[in-house]
Amino acid sequence: MSTQAPSPDTTMSGLGGNRRLGDRLFSGAATAAGVLILLALAGVFTFLVLEGYPALVADPEQIPGEGGIVAFIAPLLFGTVFGAVLALLIALPLSVGIGLFISHYAPRRVASTLGYVIDLLAAVPSVVYGLWGIYFLAPQIAGLFPWLHDNLGFLPFFSQSPSGSGRTMMTAGVVLAVMILPIMTAVNREVFLQTPRLQEEAALALGATRLEMILMTVLPFSRSGIMSGAMLGLGRALGETIAVAMVLSAYPGLVSLNLIGSQNSSTVAANIALKFPEYTGLEVNALIASGLALFVLTFLVNFTARAIIARRAEFSGANA
Amino acid sequence: MAKSIDVTDLSIYYGDFLAVEKVSMTIEPKSVTALIGPSGCGKSTFLRSLNRMHEVIPGARVEGKVSLSGQDVYGPTVDAVSVRRHIGMVFQRPNPFPTMSIYENVIAGVRLNGGRLPKARLDEVVERSLRGANLWNEVKDRLDRPGSGLSGGQQQRLCIARAIAVEPDVLLMDEPCSALDPISTLAIEDLIADLKANYTIVIVTHNMQQAARVSDRTGFFNIEATGQPGRLVEMDDTTVIFSRPSQQATEDYVSGRFG
Repeated sequence: MSTQAPSPDTTMSGLGGNRRLGDRLFSGAATAAGVLILLALAGVFTFLVLEGYPALVADPEQIPGEGGIVAFIAPLLFGTVFGAVLALLIALPLSVGIGLFISHYAPRRVASTLGYVIDLLAAVPSVVYGLWGIYFLAPQIAGLFPWLHDNLGFLPFFSQSPSGSGRTMMTAGVVLAVMILPIMTAVNREVFLQTPRLQEEAALALGATRLEMILMTVLPFSRSGIMSGAMLGLGRALGETIAVAMVLSAYPGLVSLNLIGSQNSSTVAANIALKFPEYTGLEVNALIASGLALFVLTFLVNFTARAIIARRAEFSGANA
Repeated sequence: MAKSIDVTDLSIYYGDFLAVEKVSMTIEPKSVTALIGPSGCGKSTFLRSLNRMHEVIPGARVEGKVSLSGQDVYGPTVDAVSVRRHIGMVFQRPNPFPTMSIYENVIAGVRLNGGRLPKARLDEVVERSLRGANLWNEVKDRLDRPGSGLSGGQQQRLCIARAIAVEPDVLLMDEPCSALDPISTLAIEDLIADLKANYTIVIVTHNMQQAARVSDRTGFFNIEATGQPGRLVEMDDTTVIFSRPSQQATEDYVSGRFG
């Protein structure tokens, strides 16, 4: 053995040992970062389960509302989803429109300025949106409610007598929509800009107008990106706390489709923020259990969205 | 159907930059015209100006005249969109729409032009176009599959099928084989020979053998130096251009002495 030539290993490390060390360090650091985020997620989940569990098995009378944990959480989840979906319905078409304007219609200077302004919207703290919602938006929007009630009162959304203060689910939805608009617009703008030029030219060469070109290439190509942006927005809307807590005149335990009345469903996050200071013992566990429910809901929403995108992967724009 | 193109003193600008200067040529119906020349000589720009596709670049404009069987392509009442519905185009790299099936790709242009047609009529268009592009036998059993799943050569023939589905007057091809292997290239060249029976074809190519093989007439573009405008040096029957051109520059280029 000792008479053999140096093994190939020694030769190689003499040539490139340093670089491979750096490479190993970097891949280790990247892996650690990836593992860390999973650990953080698992840690939060464990905390929610451990602290929420006492409320899950407690005597129904000890839960706020005295109807048990399901009766406590379900109306909150309903209000959360209702408000977030409302916000998404308002913000989705707007964000697609603004994104298209920036990417395909506006002159370059206008586009970059507008993009900058939209990004600034994301930097406004949510408590400021809450103030804006209460003091500016609510009184303004309240003026619309009587008209909605008189003309569309046959719909459950507008059947109740209109709130004079304007602190309704409709207002909360609009505030949430404004809050999730920047991230959705930013995502949309980026994916619209990434539509392959060759695709756009293919459509134009067939005699497509600009609108037809966008419908044939840009929007289909961006479908999964738009969906991702919407999920980011929905995630923020589901979890938004302080703005909703400030704007909404909420009745925890109430399930109501009403958008314009003074009695509205509450949301999980706003309810936690509002009730945490006054609750003790098992009541706090109940709040944490509601947080766990929100966590699971957000996870399910994201998971479903991914599944929908994956189902048509063969026809994805990424195959261009 | 097939129409002629007359170009008179056409100059093409990008902003203040003169890219192509004073080109005049006549393109006969039902013929194949090849445009050759070194990179950057303006032949692709010129091709794109024939169906106003160069206008996708902001600041692009032309002076001079292009007419399609007597109709002014740049007339004040003429819309670029309607020009492109009469003058189809095939690009350098195959670009089927990835979000559409093979079937949908073929009828994409028909849908733009004709609105809603009955399914039977669309089926006819798809079969006729795919047969016309020599692709029918290869894809007839998987028309509902994504176009992006085909090979490069098949994708390019799908793009040709898409272009001829709307029965254009003229078909422009911008280096249609430069991203393809030799077998696929041969398939496209055979196809061009077939398509000549019904369409006026203008093809830009870097491949001089290809120009010699497929075209009836050849135009040679050149630039004197970088930053100078491209010019049409000479245009003649393909056999003349490749055997006894009248300009020394053409002779040097086709014999491989530069470019």
